[in-house]
Amino acid sequence: MTDRVLVARDLCIEAGPRSPIVDGVSMELARGEVLGVVGESGSGKTSTALAMLGFFRSGLSLTRGTVEISGQLITAMPESKRRLLRGRVISYVPQEPGVALNPSLRIGEQLRRMVSRHLPGSDAEQVIRETMERVDLPSQPAFLRRFPHQLSGGQQQRVTIAIALACRPTVAVLDEPTTGLDVVVQASLLAGIKRLQSETGLAMVYVSHDLAVVASVADRIAVMYAGRVIEEGPTKSIIDAPRHPYTRGLIAAIPDSRSPRNIVGMPGVAARALAWQGGCAFALRCEQRTDKCTVDPPFENAGRLHHVRCFHWQRTRPVTHDGAAVADGDHDARAPLLEVTELNAGYASRGERVVASAGVSFFVSSGECLALVGESGSGKTTIARCISGLHAPDSGVIQLAGTPLAPRAADRPRDARRRIQIVFQNPYDSLNPRHTVRDAVSRPARLLRGIAGPQLRSQVDVLLEQVRLPTTVADRYPAELSGGERQRVAIARALAADPELLVCDEITSALDVSVQAAVMELIADLRRSLGIGVLLISHDLGLVASVADRLVVLQRGHVREQGNVREILASPRDEYTRQLVSAAPTLASDRPWANGEPELNDGEGQDGARADTELLS
Amino acid sequence: MSVAGAVRSGRRIVAPVRSARVLRSGTGRAGVALGALVLLIAVFGPFFAPHSPTALVGAPFSAPSAHFPLGTDFLGRDVLSRVLCGGRTVIELAMSATVLGYLGGLTIGLLTGYNRGLAGNALMRIVDVLLAFPPILFLLVLATGAGPSPEALVIGVAITHVPSIARIVRAATLQVAHRGYVEAAVARGERTRYILRREIAPNVLQAIFADLGVRLTWSILLVASVNFLGLGLQPPQADWALMISENREGLAIQPWAVVVPGLLIALLTIACNLVADAIAESLGVSAQAATLDGTRL
Repeated sequence: MTDRVLVARDLCIEAGPRSPIVDGVSMELARGEVLGVVGESGSGKTSTALAMLGFFRSGLSLTRGTVEISGQLITAMPESKRRLLRGRVISYVPQEPGVALNPSLRIGEQLRRMVSRHLPGSDAEQVIRETMERVDLPSQPAFLRRFPHQLSGGQQQRVTIAIALACRPTVAVLDEPTTGLDVVVQASLLAGIKRLQSETGLAMVYVSHDLAVVASVADRIAVMYAGRVIEEGPTKSIIDAPRHPYTRGLIAAIPDSRSPRNIVGMPGVAARALAWQGGCAFALRCEQRTDKCTVDPPFENAGRLHHVRCFHWQRTRPVTHDGAAVADGDHDARAPLLEVTELNAGYASRGERVVASAGVSFFVSSGECLALVGESGSGKTTIARCISGLHAPDSGVIQLAGTPLAPRAADRPRDARRRIQIVFQNPYDSLNPRHTVRDAVSRPARLLRGIAGPQLRSQVDVLLEQVRLPTTVADRYPAELSGGERQRVAIARALAADPELLVCDEITSALDVSVQAAVMELIADLRRSLGIGVLLISHDLGLVASVADRLVVLQRGHVREQGNVREILASPRDEYTRQLVSAAPTLASDRPWANGEPELNDGEGQDGARADTELLS
Repeated sequence: MSVAGAVRSGRRIVAPVRSARVLRSGTGRAGVALGALVLLIAVFGPFFAPHSPTALVGAPFSAPSAHFPLGTDFLGRDVLSRVLCGGRTVIELAMSATVLGYLGGLTIGLLTGYNRGLAGNALMRIVDVLLAFPPILFLLVLATGAGPSPEALVIGVAITHVPSIARIVRAATLQVAHRGYVEAAVARGERTRYILRREIAPNVLQAIFADLGVRLTWSILLVASVNFLGLGLQPPQADWALMISENREGLAIQPWAVVVPGLLIALLTIACNLVADAIAESLGVSAQAATLDGTRL
């Protein structure tokens, strides 16, 4: 225990008097150790991570606690002294490299500034060359002269890591370094981080919302909820035998392509430290709560090096991996509901033609769930838009129950518009902020089914109950709802048309895992109870594995493989599919990065620009 | 239903401009008080006028007396009566020009922002050309061409508003046009009219109402300028701007005939500006709160 490089004790960070963001967080880090910090939005994980550098975002202040790095009490230092330590002793890798890198400076210059600040007198060029090689980036002057926008997302993140590691710090804090990157890029970046860590003996705090990603790099994991660490222990122990009901719920909510199973959501949304009145913050969402939970639970020892903040941790059930996730119905026997034949589509972006769909053909039977899977730029969203009549294809036929559909929604008959409904990716812009929930949900019922008057009113209540929202939200505006609630309203709006096919375009990618699981459960239930077909657009193989029947793998507008989900995930035939499958983060024990590196290429050919246009389209 | 509907949509649009919030600030209160004073004079003034505004009741440019509290003008008409009767025209013309300008700008902005075809682009270029004209020159040319009349004046002032409103609305529409809720409306086959009115317009109006006060001020000044130049309202109509123009030669002998209407126009524009500032302030605060909400996960 003498080799502790970072000790944080009892950190309390407040946004104002009596409004804690982080409350009593303690962490220790030994030399060469990786501590994973996991939490959903609002759990205080980023504030905690920044506190390790003695940095607090504006409006936040440290009201209690200390942080010690390599024996130096960083919290007691003046800011000027802290700056000398940042980058030299402890460094930070921010989320979203596209924003973190200065767009008007060449990347070589950004590295040089770091080096000349902390290692004056050293051969800066030499240091930069070594650092670039360590993060697997070219170190030629031509590459260093590039601007951040000339790099792909993965390369940008490697540059931020290179800047953080250039001066060989003892500790690095990585804040969601792979969030927003495609899985293949993420996998190779994680492998690189893991290798760097073992080569240099760097100690790391790895912050992420994704437990599967953290599990693949961390030695120990701390789970945060509402500004507190609620469970901490060795990775294996946390994943295999979680003791806190929240951790258990989180694990049950994570879809896994390697061991497909039903994902189980948690009720409610993540509590915030601010709103919390004492006692266990998770109690409101907890199945095993008792009267005792209104008192603060102690951080008890629950095994070797394993601590948990719950009175009833002994009662937490183990996570059961029931393999029977996919209800393998024999949908192929039925006539296809939707049939897409030789679809060609694209769009212009910065004067260039981007091919989003090149001769794509597939079908969806009624009641079936077909998943379109691909990375950013694969064309999956454009195909969904073509089906919904929002994007005119260049050629190809889209048939609904044997009748070809017009390219534009406005030209399709009312009944065709009713039968296909779409739910969008971003719940924050899919509802009109000026319309109440009732306006939003009743409009399709009135327009597409001709329901009006008191019948419409009761229909809205029925629909809200179907998506498990209290009917009292009907008169609220979207701004008063959380992301998960908004997405439920968007689903209710789609159901209002009484559709036969629901197009779900990345509907959970903006939501927390526990909320994602609850929304996907809802979709699965609706499929069962209403018998509607679902076209699921996703980048997440795990999610697809847990809900879809069949799978279409897309890469840059081309179908690489299609067929039964289980068969493809178990034995992918296509090279690209194989890459995707092996890159998907997983909690299963045969983690690909546990030993050695997977054979992956970074997908550098796919430039960041394409990913951006996909988002804009 | 239609009335209730209109009231409801009205409430939605103006919801962020909470009158209470406007009144809470000092500038807002001062602006509303000043504006109310001038409006009261303009609207109810004619009922209190001691003489007919057009009757010759005394010697030209006589100084204030018990009989004529503000003296008489260049023809010997009672200045007080003319001041009390002369506010309505400025306010009516300026307001209708502003409203007309908003309607035109909003329509063009929404259409060109949503439908980015060739026609939309052509329309925007025409608007750009209009923007290049000095407004007063444009109004003078219009008045000489169409003959001086209040209608031509209103239309002319409205046209000077259209380009800038259209540009703001177009930019706001471009931002909103590809939001999920608009696409959802397109996918269920809504008509363009519905999409523009119900989905897009409520979300762009905030941006243009922020400068309502400034635009009203601008209209008042333009209307007054054109009237002053004699190309709008015609004598013997009582009008504040016209009064300044008519009586300016007697400024040294009988300053009240010029100073009082001038002061009232000034007060009106100041009041508009103060209220506009207060509204913008309240909008800014609420807009900030909205983005905080919007980004909350």
